[in-house]
Amino acid sequence: MDWLYILMPIAGVKIFWPGLIILGIGVGIIGGFFGMGGAWMVTPGLNILGFPMAFAIGTDIAHMAGKSLISTMRHGKFGNVDYRLGLIMLVGTVIGFEVGAQMVMWLERIGSVEITVRYLYLALLALITWMVFSDVAKRRKKEREARAAGIELEKTATGLEWHKTFHKIKIPPMVHLKAAGIYCSAWLPIGVSFLTGWLAGILGIGGGLIRMPALIYIIGCPTHVAVGTDLFEVMISGLYGAATYTYKGRTELVAAIIMLIGASIGAQIGTVATKYIKGSGIRIAFGLAVVGCAISIVLKLLAMYFPAQKPFYDAAATFFVLGVVAALSIYIAVRMFQGASAEVAARKAAMKKADQG
Amino acid sequence: MIGIRTKWLGILAAVGVFFPAAAMAAAGPAAPLVIVADTRKLSGIMAWWANLYNESHLYFTLLTVVLIPIIGVVFGVVADIVMTHIGIDLKSRDLAEH
Repeated sequence: MDWLYILMPIAGVKIFWPGLIILGIGVGIIGGFFGMGGAWMVTPGLNILGFPMAFAIGTDIAHMAGKSLISTMRHGKFGNVDYRLGLIMLVGTVIGFEVGAQMVMWLERIGSVEITVRYLYLALLALITWMVFSDVAKRRKKEREARAAGIELEKTATGLEWHKTFHKIKIPPMVHLKAAGIYCSAWLPIGVSFLTGWLAGILGIGGGLIRMPALIYIIGCPTHVAVGTDLFEVMISGLYGAATYTYKGRTELVAAIIMLIGASIGAQIGTVATKYIKGSGIRIAFGLAVVGCAISIVLKLLAMYFPAQKPFYDAAATFFVLGVVAALSIYIAVRMFQGASAEVAARKAAMKKADQG
Repeated sequence: MIGIRTKWLGILAAVGVFFPAAAMAAAGPAAPLVIVADTRKLSGIMAWWANLYNESHLYFTLLTVVLIPIIGVVFGVVADIVMTHIGIDLKSRDLAEH
């Protein structure tokens, strides 16, 4: 079975290459569907396959750039990417991230930075989970009320409507974001991206997990456009990240390419699945992914508090994350195949009808 | 709609000004190790790749950064062709829900 292993030229370790393809498919599906890089899922996966941690991070970022490019191309064709919004937000993200990174250094000087960061991350994930599920509950309530009143609820109606309040801010310059269908002050996306960038800088994460809900609930993007625009940002930061990590000698391109084979299939499945699943469905699945991420952080915190059981909690966190990836990607893939087969069947039926006519 | 040229100019400009810290994306800083690739067990393109890494991190980085998007586009286009062949409409989305 030696042919199932490939020697990585830079890291010098033998890796089970089908594992890389499977991991690529899983994170490709989730990334294309939710609009995030998903490093919190990939890094433990690569580590379990035998990559040293330093290579796991660089390789993950390199594959993330390629995967996000594939997903952005597809979302772009669906009209899900607001390039103007993405470029405006890049400014705030850059400045916010740098301020956040400086704050981490300040926290390091005070001490106990790791625990502070983990608790902050946990609080943020709890907030995002609350936002997602309270939005879903409120929308369902609206639907019930509309049904009782004998009217149909607007398709674009949301549960939480914070964005409507934020859109009342009229500080110039005002921008018209066509793909997102938003007319607002340019300071709104800049401010939101600064805040999400700052948090990402403090937490040491890419930020897709925070940016996606912020785009929906604060800026008011339709869910599909939030996913596509977020991927556009992940693509840019991923490319730069790949450059810096590669220059430091921490990227295994061979592994990234093998992962990209899987990710190119996965990203298409995840992206095309957004055709068949309503925005609210994407938000619910996203909320579940956030819960999964939060549980893995709780397990890592437990490992810090109970050092004797550290190997157990670390292993539990890794397997839990991979379990979440597997469950979510299977769910998304099944929904995609169901939707696609219904579409193909409908098209064939229409063609048959036209032929008979 | 912003033109393709403007989009790519924007991307290039953004990459140019992007800061190193943002690139960390998902994890902490890398360990301060000096890694040299062991080319003794490698042959062909793998040996060439490892040698390039040992000789110049700069060329190695440039080639990596050029190859990732190219490979991404190639794989993306291949997956597109396969999916179009199956009969999935990859150009429009009917659901218009928030």
